[in-house]
Amino acid sequence: MSQGFPILSLVTWLPIAFGVAVLALASDRNPAPARWTALAGSILGFVAGIPLWTGFSLAAGGAMQFEELAPWIPLFNVNYHLGVDGISMPLILLNSFMTVLVVIAHWEVVTEKVGQYLAAFLIMSGLINGTFAALDAILFYVFFEAMLIPMFLIIGVWGGPNRVYAAVKFFLYTLLGSLLMLAAFIYLYHQTNGSFEILDYHKLPLTMTAQVLVFLAMFMSFAVKVPMWPVHTWLPDAHVEAPTGGSVILAAITLKIGAYGFLRFNMPIAPDASHALAGFMITLSLVAVVYIGLVALVQSDMKKLIAYSSISHMGFVTLGFFLFNAEGVLGGLIQMVSHGFISAAMFLCVGVLYDRVHSRQISAYGGVANTMPVFAAFFVLFAMANSGLPATSGFVGEFFVIMGAVKVNFWYAFLAATTLIFGAAYTLWMVKRVVYGEVANPDVAALKDVNGRELAFLALLAACVLAMGIYPKPFADVMNPTILELLQHVTASKLR
Amino acid sequence: MNTATFSLATLAPAIPEIALLAFVSALLVIDLFVADRDRHVSFWLAIGSLLGTALLAGSLVGHPSAVTFQGMFVADPMSQVLKVSVLLSVAATLVYSRVYLEVRELLRGEFLSLSLFATLGMMVMISAHHFLTLYLGLELLALSLYAMVALQRDSARATEAAMKYFVLGALASGMLLYGMSMVYGGTGSLDIARVAASLAGTPQSQTLAVFGLVFVVAGVAFKLGAVPFHMWVPDVYHGASTPATLFIGAAPKIAAFAFVMRLLAQALGPLGADWQQMLAILAVASIGLGNVVAIAQTNLKRMLAYSTISHMGFLLLGILAGTDNGYSSAMFYVLTYVLMTLGAFGMILLLSRAGFEAEELEDFRGLNRRSRWFAFVMLVIVFSLAGIPPAVGFLAKLAVLQAAWESGFGWLVVFAVLMSVVGAFYYLRLVKLMYMDEPAGEITIAGRGDMRFLLSVNALAVLALGIVPAPLMDLCARAITASL
Repeated sequence: MSQGFPILSLVTWLPIAFGVAVLALASDRNPAPARWTALAGSILGFVAGIPLWTGFSLAAGGAMQFEELAPWIPLFNVNYHLGVDGISMPLILLNSFMTVLVVIAHWEVVTEKVGQYLAAFLIMSGLINGTFAALDAILFYVFFEAMLIPMFLIIGVWGGPNRVYAAVKFFLYTLLGSLLMLAAFIYLYHQTNGSFEILDYHKLPLTMTAQVLVFLAMFMSFAVKVPMWPVHTWLPDAHVEAPTGGSVILAAITLKIGAYGFLRFNMPIAPDASHALAGFMITLSLVAVVYIGLVALVQSDMKKLIAYSSISHMGFVTLGFFLFNAEGVLGGLIQMVSHGFISAAMFLCVGVLYDRVHSRQISAYGGVANTMPVFAAFFVLFAMANSGLPATSGFVGEFFVIMGAVKVNFWYAFLAATTLIFGAAYTLWMVKRVVYGEVANPDVAALKDVNGRELAFLALLAACVLAMGIYPKPFADVMNPTILELLQHVTASKLR
Repeated sequence: MNTATFSLATLAPAIPEIALLAFVSALLVIDLFVADRDRHVSFWLAIGSLLGTALLAGSLVGHPSAVTFQGMFVADPMSQVLKVSVLLSVAATLVYSRVYLEVRELLRGEFLSLSLFATLGMMVMISAHHFLTLYLGLELLALSLYAMVALQRDSARATEAAMKYFVLGALASGMLLYGMSMVYGGTGSLDIARVAASLAGTPQSQTLAVFGLVFVVAGVAFKLGAVPFHMWVPDVYHGASTPATLFIGAAPKIAAFAFVMRLLAQALGPLGADWQQMLAILAVASIGLGNVVAIAQTNLKRMLAYSTISHMGFLLLGILAGTDNGYSSAMFYVLTYVLMTLGAFGMILLLSRAGFEAEELEDFRGLNRRSRWFAFVMLVIVFSLAGIPPAVGFLAKLAVLQAAWESGFGWLVVFAVLMSVVGAFYYLRLVKLMYMDEPAGEITIAGRGDMRFLLSVNALAVLALGIVPAPLMDLCARAITASL
């Protein structure tokens, strides 16, 4: 194993170090130093991650790259082991990118406890990168859980009126899941005679009962995070109450950790159980796609609508994974990245409106296009992407997943495809009511169009959405070798 | 009995205890001549005695085990590590309590010398190699604590707490003695090594020994505050003055761990299969009840009392594993737990001022507005108590859980992690009050610079140990392996 420059440690610890610096600089009277430091930190964090993309070897197959290994707790054989493959690398970049956007987006909006707000995001960004890069189960768990603390504070301190309820619900839901996963890790630790290496767990033969139990314990943890129906109820609450930046990170990144967990833990560690329970997983995913899609249709709160739309889209991701074919998994992964861009964009759009009118209700708007034409153009573009219009990134993932589903069962594909109708229905209907028509009230009449700062993040996201929609090949190229190896691994039974 | 061949060399292993005894006797005398306004002289003398003794005990760390006084007393690696921890934690307790006591005119020789006598009792307990020594240390500790709780004479609540503590504590001691006498009947000895040897071979009466074991375990559970022998904990924690609560909540837990180790792991180790089951029931009940009842509390001291009960349940998880791995995990757990307790009660003392006790949960409302740094200090400690990484509380829990799993208590592990979710709720409530609510009344940060500094170091240590736990874990593992 060649230990080159520790890029992964850098992308993990650099934002955290900047977060601590921001905390030290924070002052309520003059937030400027904290803001600029945070911006510098987030941009440096993203730049530090670029070598992961440029230096990524496609020839390495599914093997881990940029590995770092050092003993952490020798007594229990816990290692500081980092590494990325084609699944985790794009997610790290996505996260670092989103952090930059969140810092830009907060600028004039958050005025209270600015330093703590920014520090929470930077620290969380580092922890999320660590979660994606960790190859040691305990290290993963530490990052995974530590992330809850800043998120809890972000929702609870800067959120809406019912923020405390939402924050506590979010925390306890996630904690319940992860503690069961911890029990599974302890079991696997003793089964492997004292190893916390995730890659050792991949090779460990287990009986069917053990596999099912391990699968279910981890399922509890990741299903809550994704979130899958029926453990999704924390998400709309958290989203509605979270500040815009919190919603962006929550939707764009932390939901992906759940999906990532299925690929990194559930499927390779318990392949036989995964096959046995595939029907169960697919059913839950389809319920999310169809039922939650219908729920989204009747929402009157824009953030809630997008939150339900996120659950529905994440249903596509888990559906794709448990089809066990290359199209499905690739589609799911592309959908993850694409949904990161689109949901972030949608939440930022709602944030732009909310900052001006201070209402998230659809009924408070109408005819926004008349007063904010530039904003309306972006909003419509992102809405189209959310409903899966070809040439946007939203289409690519859904298309691949549906293709994969047809191969397995026509009816899966049929039900999944209904999302193209429901998704279009709830998104476009919302857009129609908010953006088009006559100017509905004096608030809307008084709206000012987006300023340069808002234009910057909307344009960046629009570029990403279109680029990925028109030319997804670079993403597919990075992901494919890992997916193929994963599928090969999952196909072979490791029953004992 | 051979006639005692006395030489100074036989005293060597007990040097720290002898030194502390000399210090505390000197303090008792000196304090008589110290005027009230110069009371800080006695205070610093007490701190000096503790640190000096800690240095002596620390210099013995790493020495091989030595038994002295005809097998009454042992100085092994485990005892040295525990003694240093006890001494340091008592020193921290005194530093945290100083302003509170000064303001209430309680900082007199009594509190200081009782603290030092209690410390001496703990050290004797830790180094006991004979049931009588163990009991002697325990009673020295317990009597000092009863008096310490009762020190606030004009407080009805403190008097009531002292009374309850004394009656229940005496009952527990009685049970313990009864159990020990039966073990003596079953094995013919009170010497820990001989009891173990007898039980491992062919004891005179196995039944009698097991019968005695039941009483010993009950006594131990009383002292630890494990359910269903926990009744005194909330009342004493709530009723005693906060410095006394802090004292009871911190260092004696370390001594209690040593007590359990000497009695169960060393003396009655061969009966492991019997006491493991008993401890499993105690652990389940403590973790369950402690976490659930804590939710209903509005008084922070009471809440921390129930939280202690559940933490003692976790400690039992490590001990009931009955392996070196389990014992060293439990040792790590107790040391880090004491660090967290010191921080939590330290915060209460920091926010208390003349005529005002910051012991209600509500008193922490909006702390983040008043002081970012101390809100963060409390945040770290609270999340550590809840077992959320990266604070050390998580690794301590992980250590005991994996040890319990290794010994086949998987169901207990699953139960414990589920109850941790319940536990997280009441810790979160505190974080919510500090960060998400506006201050209701005025919050003053009392405390001198030294206390603020130590409290900050305390919280940073909780965080740092969570990130770099290996040295302390290794120390515990080495101490346990070398001592058993």
